Amino acid sequence: MFPPIALEILVLCLGFILLFAESFSTGGDKRSIPQTAIFCLFWIFVGSFFVQTEPKSAVPGDFWSFYGADPSSLFFKRIALLTTIGVLAMAIDFRGVLTRFIPAAQPNAGLGEFYCIPLFTCAGLMFIASAKELIFAFTALELVTISFYILVGFMRRNAQSLEAGVKYLILGALSTGFLVYGITWIFGITGETHLDRITTKLATLHDSESAALFALALVLVGLGFKVAAVPFHGWVPDVYQGAPTPVTAFLSVGSKSAGFILLMRILEPFLASPTLQPKVITILSLLAGATVVVGNLAALTQDNLKRLLAYSSIAHAGYLLIAIASVSSKPNAFGSVGATVSFYLAAYLFMTLLSFLILNLVSSQSKGDDIAHFSGLAKRNPFLATSLLVAMASLAGVPFTAGFYGKFLVFTQAVHADHFALLALGVITVGAGFYYYFRVVAAMWWNTPTETTPIEVPFLSRLVILCCVVAIFYFGIFPKTILTLLNPALTPVVPH
Amino acid sequence: MLTLLLLVPLVSATALLAGKGDRQLVKTSALIQAILTAIFWFSYDRTAAGFQFTWASQPLFPGLDLRLAFGADGLSLTMLLLTALVTLAAAWTLPAVDQRSNLFDACVLLLSAGATGAFISRDLFFFYAFHELALIPTFLLIGLWGNGERQTAAWKITIYLALGSIVLLIGLADLFLAIPIPQRSFDLEKIQQLAGSHAIPAASQARPLCLLLIGFGILVSLFPFHSWAPSGYACAPTPAAMLHAGVLKKFGLYGIIRLALPLLPDGWNQRVLGTWSVMDLLLLLLLGNILYVGLVTIAQKKLDHVIAYSSVMHMGYIFLGIASLNLIGVSGAALLMFSHGLSVALLFAVSGALREREGSLALDRFGGVAKTLPFLGICFSMATFASIGLPGFANFSSETLVFFGAFQVKGASFIRAATILSLWGVVISSVYMLRAYKAVFLGTPSSTSAKWMDISGFQRITLSLLLFALLLGGFFPKYFLNYIQPTLQAVLR
Repeated sequence: MFPPIALEILVLCLGFILLFAESFSTGGDKRSIPQTAIFCLFWIFVGSFFVQTEPKSAVPGDFWSFYGADPSSLFFKRIALLTTIGVLAMAIDFRGVLTRFIPAAQPNAGLGEFYCIPLFTCAGLMFIASAKELIFAFTALELVTISFYILVGFMRRNAQSLEAGVKYLILGALSTGFLVYGITWIFGITGETHLDRITTKLATLHDSESAALFALALVLVGLGFKVAAVPFHGWVPDVYQGAPTPVTAFLSVGSKSAGFILLMRILEPFLASPTLQPKVITILSLLAGATVVVGNLAALTQDNLKRLLAYSSIAHAGYLLIAIASVSSKPNAFGSVGATVSFYLAAYLFMTLLSFLILNLVSSQSKGDDIAHFSGLAKRNPFLATSLLVAMASLAGVPFTAGFYGKFLVFTQAVHADHFALLALGVITVGAGFYYYFRVVAAMWWNTPTETTPIEVPFLSRLVILCCVVAIFYFGIFPKTILTLLNPALTPVVPH
Repeated sequence: MLTLLLLVPLVSATALLAGKGDRQLVKTSALIQAILTAIFWFSYDRTAAGFQFTWASQPLFPGLDLRLAFGADGLSLTMLLLTALVTLAAAWTLPAVDQRSNLFDACVLLLSAGATGAFISRDLFFFYAFHELALIPTFLLIGLWGNGERQTAAWKITIYLALGSIVLLIGLADLFLAIPIPQRSFDLEKIQQLAGSHAIPAASQARPLCLLLIGFGILVSLFPFHSWAPSGYACAPTPAAMLHAGVLKKFGLYGIIRLALPLLPDGWNQRVLGTWSVMDLLLLLLLGNILYVGLVTIAQKKLDHVIAYSSVMHMGYIFLGIASLNLIGVSGAALLMFSHGLSVALLFAVSGALREREGSLALDRFGGVAKTLPFLGICFSMATFASIGLPGFANFSSETLVFFGAFQVKGASFIRAATILSLWGVVISSVYMLRAYKAVFLGTPSSTSAKWMDISGFQRITLSLLLFALLLGGFFPKYFLNYIQPTLQAVLR
């Protein structure tokens, strides 16, 4: 048993040590750096099951009161760790593409940083998961965002990557501005930056209701950018397409889950206030509705798999928002909204990571990432095709996959909260989702291959892919594992 | 115990996908499945109502009574028998596939596994999940090995069914949440025990009922949500058409009988659209199935289209039986699910065999097939007669029950008028089926048909089994009703 903060410290130290070691290494493809990182992260992940969940009761004014370690924040730390492991595994396969676009004296000179920076992003994501205080949350978020600025534009000789880097920088800075301004307003209204104390202050708020709503709107704009909610989604397709594929996966999974936990944390005081709650729910419903519709409908016409996954990422943000908008005070057999969102994000982690892993392998060996490049993949490499089939089925929401359970929980929450307009949108958009995800399946299985060279799958990637497939099925059949992690107090009831 | 029924096709399919085994494995797997089903069928204790051969896992969801649970009662056993018989016939008459035959065979087995899983599930959640699992093999089978506009058809069927499933999912969630908390359960048996207790307030029954009827209705090709079915079945490779039209489509009807009848009995008379009640609307739609689709069927020029449309049309009768809400009518509906599954599978098997020989199914390309292919000719004529509803076949006895049951109803709705109108459907179906039969099987044989070989050996036995079951149900409907009715009595309490 050791304190939870040790996890972040370990990740940060690992990052610094590897960065330091890298500066002394010469030549080679530096594969050992990410391999070491993956190895260590895996053990940190294992270690996360042995930390003290809630440290000694937070005394007001205690130095550590900004840092919380309840089961759900530990859960999000684990999501961050697993994502980073997957991203690093992808980065190893991506090095061939990367070296082509980095100007340097030595061919592999830029690789070391590309392998190390994700560790700092990971530490940032883990800090966000524990943030109970707005300034701390903001600092952690900046650690994530700044490391992403570097990673997105990493391929300096590639125009698309540069374009993505600039877009991400400008819009990221803008959204940060909104977020900080929102935090300032919250401070102005309540005089507090600690979320627990904001909750108590907001509950007794009488005269500055519209000011509180304005603050919330500012925060929603800022976080809307991070989680890719419509209408703040404009950057997503371009940045996803231009960024190096491992970074896209990182953005899609890591950045989104961090955005959502922060969103839930900040919304909590607003939703707890009886006067504000109905208005907040209306705003969230509008956001959710717009996001599912735009994300899913725009995905229909995409021919590039990376762009398709970008819109799919918007669409999934929409489903998550539907869940958040379904907060209600009625007792609910299906667990809290927070548990639903966490489960959905865990499922999303595996299926999205799996898609990107395969996309990364195929595109770096087929010179392109259009859906057309996946034609006949079933003949070129049945293993990859079957795994991608699993990923797409899970994203679309076919039963026995984790993705289905996620959708099931989201829709149940919405039914529970009587959001039938949102549900109608959900029905249409899930139908659309089946079309665009199955288009990839159709290309892989129906079409004949344009290239016949078999695709090589390195051992490490094969292992990660296999783990993702197993996880998708396992959590699709035994959701209990995740849900009890989130709330150990929940135990099965009523035996037969 | 019942888990074996599911494991056999699943394991065989996995082996096939991994590149092991060949056609023989499919046939063996289907045979084992049929033998196992027969064992369950004969060892089922008809005197004891309720689920038998039960098995359940630990709860899979914290705080909820959700578990992987299997079990069969008379109704599900009848459906399992249908699944086993159709799977057997489909597996033994697999068409030759020029590429990736392992994937094809695995998909066929997965379809069967999906249906089996749905019918043995005693848990609401898995009941739904197994059915939807069959979407992917359907998509691959039609898109890869279908005929004609196969890719369009594959898209249409997949998206339609996915939409139907998601409406259904919301309906199920709504239904589940409408049950008062202490009685909430995913266990079908416990849900069944709520029958007659009016656990759900009458006022909040209409919404889940509508959602369930639309969701299940899309899956069962209720008019006007039927347009996926004709194109899908006409383009699907033969085993896929047999299994989907014969077995998987019955899932929706089975679901309505299992869920809507016991839990939502008061919802039917609620007014939802002006002065129209749910019942009125359903009657209107099923008349669309019987009369409108029936007339459309007459206009078809290809044998597979005729069969596909006719299978949509017959769903109307089953809905009529369910709408009667009394034991006679619903028993008729359940028996009709069984007999329609058998007859339509038989028709698709024969038409598939014809397509393999002629290359097309346009009615004017054929003639005199009864002379060149006597066995297939007999099968087709029998299945035609069954499908029209000639006495002696299970379809007749079940349709009779449906009409009697529906005509008995006294009430505000226009169900009597609907029954009388539906009777005209029998005339319509005899028009198109007999025309199709005449065009294909009678007349002078075409020159190419002389070389055709009839099916032989065990294939004949598998098709004969379907015929035998049809005749058995026709002459001794009581034999099957003894299995079905205890369940229905519990449901309609």
